[in-house]
Amino acid sequence: MRKLKTFDGVEKLRGELQKGRDPNKPCMTVCVGTGCLAYGTQKLVDSLKVELEKRKLQDKIDLRLSGCHGFCERGPMMVIYPQKIFYQRIGLNDAAEIIDKTLLKGEIIDRLLYVDPMTKEKIVYEHDCPFYKKQMRLVFGMNGQISPTSIDDYIAVGGYAALVKALQKMKPDAIVQEVIKANLRGRGGGGFPTGWKWDETRKATGDPKYVICNADEGDPGAYMDRSLLEGNPHLVLEGMIIGAYAIGSSNGYIYVRNEYPLAVQNITAAIQAAREYGLLGENILGSGFSFDVKINRGGGAFVCGESSALFASLEGRAGEPRVKYIHATHKGLWDKPTNLNNVETWANVPFIINRGADWYAGIGTAGSKGTKIFSLVGKINNTGLVEVPMGMKLREIVYDIGGGIPNGRKFKAVQTGGPSGGCIPEKYLDSPVDFDELTKLGSMMGSGGMIVMDDRNCMVDVPRYFLSFLEIESCGKCTPCREGVRRMKEILTDICEGRGQEGDVELLDSLAKAIVDGALCALGNSAPNPVISTIRYFRDEYDAHIRQKKCPAGVCKKLIKYRIDAKKCTGCGLCVKVCAVGATSGERKKPHAIDIAKCTRCGACMESCKFEAIIVE
Amino acid sequence: MEAKIKNIVKKYGSDRSYLVPILQDVQKEFNYLPQEALEAVCTELGVSNSRVYEVATFYKAFSLKPRGRHHLMLCLGTACHVRGASMIDNHIQTTLGLKSGETSADMEFTFETVGCLGACALGPILVVDGEYHGHMNIAKTTKILKNLGKKVEADDEKA
Repeated sequence: MRKLKTFDGVEKLRGELQKGRDPNKPCMTVCVGTGCLAYGTQKLVDSLKVELEKRKLQDKIDLRLSGCHGFCERGPMMVIYPQKIFYQRIGLNDAAEIIDKTLLKGEIIDRLLYVDPMTKEKIVYEHDCPFYKKQMRLVFGMNGQISPTSIDDYIAVGGYAALVKALQKMKPDAIVQEVIKANLRGRGGGGFPTGWKWDETRKATGDPKYVICNADEGDPGAYMDRSLLEGNPHLVLEGMIIGAYAIGSSNGYIYVRNEYPLAVQNITAAIQAAREYGLLGENILGSGFSFDVKINRGGGAFVCGESSALFASLEGRAGEPRVKYIHATHKGLWDKPTNLNNVETWANVPFIINRGADWYAGIGTAGSKGTKIFSLVGKINNTGLVEVPMGMKLREIVYDIGGGIPNGRKFKAVQTGGPSGGCIPEKYLDSPVDFDELTKLGSMMGSGGMIVMDDRNCMVDVPRYFLSFLEIESCGKCTPCREGVRRMKEILTDICEGRGQEGDVELLDSLAKAIVDGALCALGNSAPNPVISTIRYFRDEYDAHIRQKKCPAGVCKKLIKYRIDAKKCTGCGLCVKVCAVGATSGERKKPHAIDIAKCTRCGACMESCKFEAIIVE
Repeated sequence: MEAKIKNIVKKYGSDRSYLVPILQDVQKEFNYLPQEALEAVCTELGVSNSRVYEVATFYKAFSLKPRGRHHLMLCLGTACHVRGASMIDNHIQTTLGLKSGETSADMEFTFETVGCLGACALGPILVVDGEYHGHMNIAKTTKILKNLGKKVEADDEKA
């Protein structure tokens, strides 16, 4: 690897790389993000390599291992260039067939095509797939085209051009002004204007100054930051270097969850490669500006996603937040001016610099610009990461991109904002999704988790789940969060277990207010949100639990009973086989029955029944 | 043990701000954080016992007790929860007689739950000894636990 010492050096290298690459050369791009790897994709990759070598094709056909394509539901998946043929749910033994038929003969393998659940039409090309069609894949756009471990791939598709532009043609203050003008808002949760934060840190006195990338993605159900770090680490790094130059910092940190080993591995490799090219380190590209980045792995504490707790953790202490009467922009890490942004925020920066604030501000709504990546998960057909322009309607995301609810069930709510957010009911499905609209609905953008729920999800159980999570994750420093969250969870548990009383909802409400007002950090004072929003929209479910001692969704164990519908039961005996406590019984080919006294409500029988004969009531 | 700790601490330039990563490496080495190892870290870094103990007990990733040979990690992220992960949680707890974070008396199993693994498309997810099992249900869990039990028996016979 040669060190690039000038701005022209980057462009020259890019030219050489592009020249050496034939855009018409066949290439199989296989997603090896964490989701796809969990399907066993590594075996497929290994056999693709073996089969290519067997046929002596390794020089004629490229095999590219890329980061996440977003359509996690359908992995293992592959896009075959240059046509962009899209294969999904690939069998681990399909390697030879794909090479022989599609790569060598140009035949399409029918069974590997995606079938549109709405039209039943088979889709051949990636860009025709409805999951991708309505998306605007800006930040995620390069993921399928590059190997995350290859800096050359990134440079070949235009990477580090924004850094060159920033260092060569822009004064630090002009960069800050550009980000302010673009109105980029923090993607980690709060939505604070990024440019203002940069400006504050830039103007603050103190030395050294720090820039930090917050990759402590603790929000359960959100994984876009992980996918970005895994799939396109240089984009995040480029954003950080530009930010550091604008702010006047030479020291950067990336604080990443230890539960994301592949992200740690890829960003570590990216930093190393950038250093070797001279894009990080002393006197970057001969500009006189120096900057380097260290990686710090988190210890598995949700609270460390909060900035001041993250600083404490970086300083080698327990991750407890502090009161922010002095902003981190003035006194952050080691009490020095510190600018912290989330992974996705940093990844947006190169686009703003490359294409300008006016172009960027043309995407989105009045108050929220650009795109947002959501992790669309839960009871949804097309689970995955979707990137859409701010302002898209919830309905479009859930139905057009997400393909609706599986098994023909009914939509009930979508939960956004993680443990700090709320549940949005069906009547607001036509609301545009941006920072301000979600807040108006009593939820929030958060980091972009979007968990879809159907009629089989209980809206008392869901907030109880979030509070159990927060009870464990509360750092314990302030009383409102430590004690308040616990008391609220106890009340919710009582309601879920049939001990609910009149007045419980009002008690929850007043406790919630006390926590909102009194908790020390943003995670604490948003902790009651899941409860507040479900009381607001699903009060009837609370009342059913408290007054009728019933769980309408059939979730809360103590309030439900399983029963076999004699008309539907075929007497196959499967439920007898799966029951661990011997509660189901019956003669073969005759309707079976459940002994309620023995039944533990584990749900195994209902899950196994192929005839929907087991009813929960 | 002391030599190993010395090496780990040295790797981080004896910088006390790297306490969390240092403890992560110590845990990787010993499978948990033995008391002697923690004491050695204190000496090497020149920090008080209470500071190291505070950090070691604050972060969920650290264990002060030895962990079992087989490691089960169930994801309780929101996406897994709405797809029935809590039922699997109950099932594992009753079958193994272990609560989250506990290790069986014979040191064969450690059962843990985790906030989110970020593989939501496969939810509910159970990770057994580093291998991901997606779309879990009660029947599949029973099968996995049975197979693990057989593995343990086979190991015992070999021994």
